[in-house]
Amino acid sequence: MSKMQIPLGPQHPALKEPENFMLVLDGEMILDATVNLGYNHRGVEKAAENRNYIQDIYLIERICGICSHSHVSCYINAVEEIAKVEVPQRAKAIRTIVAELERIHSHLLWLGVAAFELGYDTLFMYTWRDREQVLDCLELLTGNRVHYGINTIGGVRRDITKEQADEILKKIKYLHERTSYYVGVVTEEPTFLARTQNVGKLPKDIALELNAVGPTARASGIEIDVRKDEPYFIYDQLDFKVITYHSEDVFGRAVVRVLEVIESIKIIEQILKNLPEGPISVKVGWKIGPGEAVFRYEAPRGEDIHYVKANGTEYPERVKVRAPTLANFQSLPYCLKNGYLADAVITIAAIDPCMSCTDRAVVYDIKKGKKEIFDWEELRKYSIEFYRKKGVKFS
Amino acid sequence: MAKKPLRILPHAIKHLTKEPATAKYPFEKAKVYPNFRGRIVFDSEKCIGCKMCMRVCPAKAIEIVLSSEQPTPQTGPDGNPIPAKKKFDCIMNLDRCVYCAQCVDICPKKALKSSQDFELAQLKREKLKLHYK
Amino acid sequence: MIDVLIPVIYIAIFPGFVFLGIYSTIIQWVDRKLTAIMHNRVGPPIYQPIADFIKLISKEVIIPDNADVLMFKSLPYVAIASIIVSILMIPVYSNNAIIKFQGDIIVVLYLLTIPTATFFLAGWSSTSPYSTIGSMRVMTQLFGYEIPLFLSVAGPCIIAGSWSVSDIAKFFTEHPSYIFLNIPALISALLASQGKLERVPFDAPHAKNEVVGGQFTEYSGRLLALFLLSIDIEMIVLAAFINAVFLGGVFKFSGFLGFIIFIIKTFFVCLVFVLFKVAMARVRVDQVVKFSWKYLVSLSIFQIFLNLYIKLN
Repeated sequence: MSKMQIPLGPQHPALKEPENFMLVLDGEMILDATVNLGYNHRGVEKAAENRNYIQDIYLIERICGICSHSHVSCYINAVEEIAKVEVPQRAKAIRTIVAELERIHSHLLWLGVAAFELGYDTLFMYTWRDREQVLDCLELLTGNRVHYGINTIGGVRRDITKEQADEILKKIKYLHERTSYYVGVVTEEPTFLARTQNVGKLPKDIALELNAVGPTARASGIEIDVRKDEPYFIYDQLDFKVITYHSEDVFGRAVVRVLEVIESIKIIEQILKNLPEGPISVKVGWKIGPGEAVFRYEAPRGEDIHYVKANGTEYPERVKVRAPTLANFQSLPYCLKNGYLADAVITIAAIDPCMSCTDRAVVYDIKKGKKEIFDWEELRKYSIEFYRKKGVKFS
Repeated sequence: MAKKPLRILPHAIKHLTKEPATAKYPFEKAKVYPNFRGRIVFDSEKCIGCKMCMRVCPAKAIEIVLSSEQPTPQTGPDGNPIPAKKKFDCIMNLDRCVYCAQCVDICPKKALKSSQDFELAQLKREKLKLHYK
Repeated sequence: MIDVLIPVIYIAIFPGFVFLGIYSTIIQWVDRKLTAIMHNRVGPPIYQPIADFIKLISKEVIIPDNADVLMFKSLPYVAIASIIVSILMIPVYSNNAIIKFQGDIIVVLYLLTIPTATFFLAGWSSTSPYSTIGSMRVMTQLFGYEIPLFLSVAGPCIIAGSWSVSDIAKFFTEHPSYIFLNIPALISALLASQGKLERVPFDAPHAKNEVVGGQFTEYSGRLLALFLLSIDIEMIVLAAFINAVFLGGVFKFSGFLGFIIFIIKTFFVCLVFVLFKVAMARVRVDQVVKFSWKYLVSLSIFQIFLNLYIKLN
């Protein structure tokens, strides 16, 4: 049987977002895999330079639908660090509650998607039905089911009342029993175990070398979590565990994510039982003084890094986003090699790819053999030249 | 870990007696919580025309313009006209708005409010440009 | 004239194409609606399978450039034809099938293997990468479930002492206690049928998430409608076959009452297929072969030895 090269994507029933993997197959075994990105590039970092800091909150929020609060919190913490503002404790507590609710939402959604990739429709329907409870909690607190918009520079925009806190505690209790049932299903159903054990193996030293982050690294036994390494918000006052697992395959990643949901539930209960009193925001001016800051945050998919440079005017000078999926992509070709085609889909789904967070534009010139990164002016000049040569007239 | 074949089957069979979890929208009204951020509503009595809402809108969806009919100035007790408060209109582009309610938060006179209206789809583009007087 | 008309009625109307078409539509609706209720959602209305069939027939047929046109266009008709011929040898409304002779159980099994061969050829003649992978998976799975199906049918043949489906059904009608002794072979045959019908957990050949349509990727229009209809009809025929060989057919009834008993019993066999689909995830192709040879073949061989022991005492 000779070698066959098939493209997986950019349009494929298994992928949620467009990405391209060129797989070289021999029968059912994968010999080599190449990752091609860039289908979802939107120019967010450039657009952020033309808007003031408050408008940028809503732009950065729309980088991703599921991890929207992570990106906004990271950006706002960097801006507050430049402006030297001290955020009150109650605001930090409310931000933590929304962050942990978002983590529960993202992991339940991932469990449903992984079950769907494996053909296990029953588990997919059940987890997505239970995810509605989390979305109701978030609508109750913030006013919208995705894109919460609860952060502002200097604090949060809405407060929690006693009735809202009781309603959230009730829904969280229901989720606790449902998630314990899913832990049982994930660890005991023989067909699920047969498809996820010993699949997509990533040994610990290779994971460290290829810079895997988040649950992908924690399933290989590496204990990294930004919430414990450099605590932000009120994580240094809370009591929670970092979940790691010793098997380095897709099964470990599933177990890590499901157990993290239970840890998040415990964190929310701890915070809601003793919420600090006080104001919910402080006033910050329009102009943020010159300076630059980097902030690291633990998004549901891993470590998210934002860099903001301010120059004293109302508009930021540079905003740079490094999403966690970009770091996890480096380990995909290693996991895919010497596996079966049937396992390719679940291996890709196990790093929880979020293409909207990831894309940047790199131009590779085949004739000259070198790579360059275009900035705005060069890209604009290049595209105008390209179309002028084709005969398209610009007025 | 112990393997139990057909682990999820007893739980699945129990659902044969339960109601489906699907909401029967549009035959039943959808449930929204009181905090929900829907369409923005404008009260022209309170607006002073500072245009702070236009400055913070991320999508350039709101526009405050001088109203075409201004209230007539009233005469004071000594015969001189008292300058009347100017009246402003609000033009809202529903197709650009992202319903973030930042304009609601920043208005100093609380002239803007979030309603719970979210069924805003129309067949013609012009109907999405609302002119509040 | 009547002599020519009666076989035509048997093949085209009852128990042939029209009866099987209507019954398979109802069973497909029951399958989808029960699955949906167990998933806690609403599910399709009763006219959905007919609406799908009519919609597919009205679409355009697109044939790839490199494909072998004659094979591509004629394979769905071969699949349906072979399944319709095989129902003539299975007892439907009484324990005498329309055609019976010694050895017709081998003919039924052979005719039910032809659709799998047409799936393989359909994928191969499409010459697109995803179809080729799908057709290779069809053949690999064939090595997994055909042998247990054949071996588990050999058990009741030995204990009934004949190679005709109608005679086996009559034997179990006269000695109903032997039905319980053949349960291992029944379980093995049910799981092997689930693989033959390419339903979850054994639906790797046309798995939507991995190979976009498997062997059916390039098919569209009325050819795809006929292939999907052939899979649904195969479900009814396999249910009727398992009913006749393992569960005693329609017992002592005949005529209209026998027909009702037949519908009820095949309905329950199809319910077991639905329960398998709800409870399991999709298994990889090499794991299907390993599972079949480890568990299903050993169950069937155990049943053969048990039946030999009972027959000789």
